[in-house]
Amino acid sequence: MSKQINVALIGNPNTGKTSVFNALTGLNQKVGNYPGITVEKKEGICKLPRGVKAHIIDLPGTYSLNASSLDENVVIELLLNKNDKDFPDVAVVVSDVENLKRNLLLYTQIKDLEIPTILVINMSDRMEYKGIHLDIPYLEQELQTKIALISTRKNKGIDQLKELITNYKDLSVAPCLNASEIDTDYFEKLRQAFPNQLLYKLWLVITQDVNFGKIDRNEVDAINSFKTKGKSDLKRLQQKETIKRYQFINNTLKKGQTIDLNSAKDLRIRLDRILTHKIWGYLIFFVILLTIFQAIYDWAEVPMDFIDSTFASLSEWVKNVLPEGAFTNLIAEGVIPGLGGIVIFIPQIAFLFLFIAVLEESGYMSRVVFLMDRIMRRFGLSGKSVVPLISGTACAIPAIMATRNIESWKERLITILVTPFTTCSARLPVYLIIISLVIPQGRFLGLSYQALTLMLLYLIGFGAAIFSAWLLNKILKIKSKTFFVVEMPNYKVPLLKNVALTVLEKTKSFVFGAGKIILAISIVLWFLASYGPGEQFNNAEEIVTAEYATDNLSQDELDQKIASHKLEHSFIGIAGHAIEPVIRPLGYDWKIGIAIVSSFAAREVFVGTLATIYSVGSDEEETIKNRMAKEINPVLGTPLFNFASGISLLLFYAFAMQCMSTLAIVKRETNTWKWPILQLTIMSAFAYIVALIAYQFLK
Amino acid sequence: MKVTLADIKRGQQGVITDVSSIHIPLKLLEMGCLPGNMVELVQVAPFADPMYLNINGTHLAIRKETAIHILIDISNE
Repeated sequence: MSKQINVALIGNPNTGKTSVFNALTGLNQKVGNYPGITVEKKEGICKLPRGVKAHIIDLPGTYSLNASSLDENVVIELLLNKNDKDFPDVAVVVSDVENLKRNLLLYTQIKDLEIPTILVINMSDRMEYKGIHLDIPYLEQELQTKIALISTRKNKGIDQLKELITNYKDLSVAPCLNASEIDTDYFEKLRQAFPNQLLYKLWLVITQDVNFGKIDRNEVDAINSFKTKGKSDLKRLQQKETIKRYQFINNTLKKGQTIDLNSAKDLRIRLDRILTHKIWGYLIFFVILLTIFQAIYDWAEVPMDFIDSTFASLSEWVKNVLPEGAFTNLIAEGVIPGLGGIVIFIPQIAFLFLFIAVLEESGYMSRVVFLMDRIMRRFGLSGKSVVPLISGTACAIPAIMATRNIESWKERLITILVTPFTTCSARLPVYLIIISLVIPQGRFLGLSYQALTLMLLYLIGFGAAIFSAWLLNKILKIKSKTFFVVEMPNYKVPLLKNVALTVLEKTKSFVFGAGKIILAISIVLWFLASYGPGEQFNNAEEIVTAEYATDNLSQDELDQKIASHKLEHSFIGIAGHAIEPVIRPLGYDWKIGIAIVSSFAAREVFVGTLATIYSVGSDEEETIKNRMAKEINPVLGTPLFNFASGISLLLFYAFAMQCMSTLAIVKRETNTWKWPILQLTIMSAFAYIVALIAYQFLK
Repeated sequence: MKVTLADIKRGQQGVITDVSSIHIPLKLLEMGCLPGNMVELVQVAPFADPMYLNINGTHLAIRKETAIHILIDISNE
């Protein structure tokens, strides 16, 4: 096999870097994590001309090589470590034609590392609209590189980029300016101390306050011992360096770029006048949220009903086709209902991710950050906390990772701690099924009661997050320096391909990630529900037959009694009865108790668990919902899922911390078990108390 | 006239004169907030905070607490 070319895609946020990545790799991409940290690692394979292949890494967006977050560290760590297997043979710096000046800062830094570098100028379709003209040959000469002028929107220039990557060996590795002029003496000393090292690399290692885990530790220590300047001196030098680079860029662009302001039209100003308006801005934001919830409810209903009934008939079909026995029962009663409990939520989760992807891609999310910052600050949060809190409606895990761009540690920690209160997609299955059981049909102002209940639950989650943030802000005594810089990118019509890939990728990881846990738990539950110790379970048939001998029951009724007797005395029944005293005051029976306990692994297990427990011993083809509706409270004789117990359950799930993966992420992001354990105990205790009060009040 | 960036009104423009305060994050400089560049206040959120700026074509938002450290010249207005 011939060697693949390692390509690193680097660029500022909002330059369409991911679009370039998608255009190069198409569906040949995978998303993983960098080892040890939770920064998303996107890589893919691209076929180049003449049978050559390139391995492409989409590095996190960054404004410069001066890292201020974990995501940005990834970029420098890779570029400074020649021994990394992903070390690029060629770097592709993606820039946006409208922000070329700012984008070139990063470009000049990467050039200083003497890595062959191609400059991509993206969004070239906007040039005419903005009155921009570029002198490409001049720019190529000054910047000592090859330039690919592309438009991922119009699918132009990608072939030229592929051609340039193939011929990367022809690129110059000379830096395009001499940054060491900012302090000649200092850099001369540095050069003498480490004659074999690249000067700019040394400078980065000296100035960065980051952990260069992968770079040879001794090397760094040796350099640190050289440190002859204090922190504020270094910062001043960094400022000088930045100014120096901009001088070079300004001079280059003065000749290489002309902008005719007369032909420039600006949609941004007109849109921002409304979207960031003091009143309209907030109103529009609220309407957008409302639309999302209504859509999740109404649009997803048809495919969900279809999936539900398909899985019910699938179970039935398996039972008819396969020979009778324990294995058939495991498939029909354990695996299929368990899987059905997850597959059914694909439509809604896909819709949710679709909306979030569109909000992010269009540039609207930054406006929300702008609008909300002042309000959020009152509660100890940042405007940037809005993004985690909103994407927390999909999943708390990426949401907690998204807190990384919050500059202040205190604001970031509070955001991490309260994000699990927002209603994540894993709560959705529980909410949806309970709402459909206990909230009446009907409409208010064209919105269904059920959709309004769902909206209310989201608001409760959000409210709990805000309130606890306020509380934490009062309690936590952390001093950390705060600053807040957020780019307001241009508005863009989201690219269908990008949105579709995001939705596909996220939904897939939800289904497979959660699916694995659910499948495993379903199988274990089936065993526990199908077998039991002692007389009562093994001789269930005789005992029940004897008990009802005089009642003249039909065979069907008798079978039903036997099945439920068996379930009561199975392993799971025994465990369920043991915890029943704790949950009875909340209006639940032992079966719900089992579902709650198993959903401490992951919330969405709840529905699958009930589906498995209820289907054991039942022969009829039935949907999960119908089975739940039929359950009777053994003490009161009323339906088990009534208004009081339903509300109690909804509130319990709204507040309880039931997700092992989230706890693991919080541990990783805060570097201590203290915070996740605190979250688990406080949130769950609070959930219990609220659910208790609600049930006792409503019953 | 020399004032800080926090003093200007919506729609007003100025030229950045000094960003050497230690309270200004390097990131802001990297995004183009440098002496000599034009700055315009595009929009403000309620209570005039944060401020939505246009610095030489780069649009970004910063808090007032950072803006008070950026000196600008509005003589040409």
